[in-house]
Amino acid sequence: MSILVDKNTRVLCQGMGKAGTFHAVQCREYGTQVVGGVVPGKGGTNKEGIPLFNTVAEAVKKTGANATMVFVPPPAAADAIMEAADAGVQLIVAITEGIPVLDMARAMRFLAGKSCRLVGPNCPGVITPGQCKIGIMPGYIHKPGPVGVMSRSGTLTYEAVWQLTNLGLGQSTCVGLGGDPIVGTSFIDLLRMFEQDSQTEAILLMGEIGGNAEEQAAEYIKQHVSKPVAAFIAGQTAPPGKRMGHAGAIISGGSGTAKEKIAALRAAGIVVADTPAELGVSVQKAMKK
Amino acid sequence: MKIHEYQAKELLAAAGAAVPRGVIATNAREAQQAYEQFGKPVVLKAQIHAGGRGKGRFKDSGADFGGVKFCKTKEEVGTVAEVMFRYPLVTKQTGEAGQRVSKVLVQEAADIAREVYLGMVVDRNAGVPVLMACAEGGVEIEEVAARNPEKILKAKISPELGLVPFQARRLAFELEFPPEQVPAAEKLMTALCKVFIEKDCSLAEINPVAVTPAGEVLALDAKMNFDDNALFRHPEIEQLRDESEEDPMELRAARAGLSYISLSGTIGCLVNGAGLAMSTMDIIKYHGGEPANFLDVGGGATKEQVTEAFRILLADPRVKAVLVNIFGGIMKCDTIAAGIIAAYKEVGFHVPLVVRLEGTNVELGRKMLAESGLNIQTAAGLTEAAKAVVAAAAA
Repeated sequence: MSILVDKNTRVLCQGMGKAGTFHAVQCREYGTQVVGGVVPGKGGTNKEGIPLFNTVAEAVKKTGANATMVFVPPPAAADAIMEAADAGVQLIVAITEGIPVLDMARAMRFLAGKSCRLVGPNCPGVITPGQCKIGIMPGYIHKPGPVGVMSRSGTLTYEAVWQLTNLGLGQSTCVGLGGDPIVGTSFIDLLRMFEQDSQTEAILLMGEIGGNAEEQAAEYIKQHVSKPVAAFIAGQTAPPGKRMGHAGAIISGGSGTAKEKIAALRAAGIVVADTPAELGVSVQKAMKK
Repeated sequence: MKIHEYQAKELLAAAGAAVPRGVIATNAREAQQAYEQFGKPVVLKAQIHAGGRGKGRFKDSGADFGGVKFCKTKEEVGTVAEVMFRYPLVTKQTGEAGQRVSKVLVQEAADIAREVYLGMVVDRNAGVPVLMACAEGGVEIEEVAARNPEKILKAKISPELGLVPFQARRLAFELEFPPEQVPAAEKLMTALCKVFIEKDCSLAEINPVAVTPAGEVLALDAKMNFDDNALFRHPEIEQLRDESEEDPMELRAARAGLSYISLSGTIGCLVNGAGLAMSTMDIIKYHGGEPANFLDVGGGATKEQVTEAFRILLADPRVKAVLVNIFGGIMKCDTIAAGIIAAYKEVGFHVPLVVRLEGTNVELGRKMLAESGLNIQTAAGLTEAAKAVVAAAAA
């Protein structure tokens, strides 16, 4: 088992520009079933052997796709997300960075009440090692195993996964939540899924400054998660009022600090790594507890 | 992106808000002319982006007033404006050096019967903008939020509909506006929401809203930040940018497509990815060093970007050592190593450089660095890298 994606997932790629095409091919080489691309006006042609369609609706109808990854540039990305939702795609993974926040606010309201799940935007994607990779993460660092990984950051996730793999700890599924203020999937959504997933034996949560998603996750873990959880929070040295790369990584009005988040996680009995060098071993520690 | 108070008020006024009459002066003489135009007491307001103006002080001026000063006479306007234009204004947000003032808003002094707070942000959990109101104006809303959260009234705003009339009416009554003032209060709230949504704000505040004895409801002060990701569709907002308010290095980095924040330590950092970049700063601090900056070169940084990043880091005289921490995923470590070597040669390093590479083709990358003959120390792990750079900076 795993969460969100597996070997049966059939994936579209919306936005087949340079980055979209490159990553669609990488995903296919990893073993993902990349069944089509969506480029308005290019329907009927193909790129790198991937058949292109004018609309998501047409692509779904002709390929049976149930997931999509969005590489569409920021001005049109929210529209692409809504198009996928409207076409009945169950899992929408939005990689695009730089979508205006109010566009996402509107898109989220469009998605409300539909059965689809949005992951991202501004995220590295979702991978179930050995089965399906939807996103921009390097596939080879992963290995199948018992740890569910979730994070608000990209390269920090790779760092964690690499440490886990080198310790012999594989991953059930790794999910990047995204670095924006409004994202489709929360830590709590994933905690619920990992708790129910039979393959997942432990969970690694990587948060960062800004907002209060980690505090909410800590509360949820205390109440509802029986599996061991380890965590790390990036940005202990970040100054207030400055946007640290991610649009959502900002301490504003004195709230959203790493200190508050770490305190909340520790109070919930979660092993929190002191440094990013201890992401893997903190999972080991949590599993032995 | 931030804009000045006077610019925020212009946007509010264009959306239908009542604002006090004001004129922008760029020197003391213009300030006095503005005073004469009003023919009554005025408030001089130094236009800087940083908060805490009122409680700030003009560095080395000896003056006992901050960036907001009530003036009764033309002479007083002249003396106060002289100080404002001459000395940097130091507030809790500017740092010790303070911020130069190039514009002063000369605003007609308003009679104030009552002050109220209005503000708007995007609520991450609700996923929509939220309008906040508080019957206590002129206070720091964060303090109210911490002390008496129940005093902050909130309305979730639909990004499609904007503020709907009943929401404005409800808030106006809850703020205890008398019925005859409710329409004016509604009008101000509507204008605030209109600007927020139409211009893609990330924060908009009117603090305080002033209610005059005559029952006018005015935006006495205004603060606005904009979503950088939406500036592409608001060239009119981009034009309001005041580059003198921005850190020159941050500005330069932004032009090169790099995400850079300047800090006060001695260890320069160059990292790919925001989360890893923050974590790298954290581990430097953990091992006793102080990061000089946050720098995210992004997932697919080019050789040109790495070179420019090095130039920016080395332009800071406080930097005593540099740590490069790269997790090569899609981007291979040998490509990164080649970029570092080329940039190193081009920039002319004068401080120790510690490089920690991990990921795709890492062995080849490390070998290239080791065989380059350059003074580059490689580290295998994060801890080793952090310790090495802290030691190098202290040496």
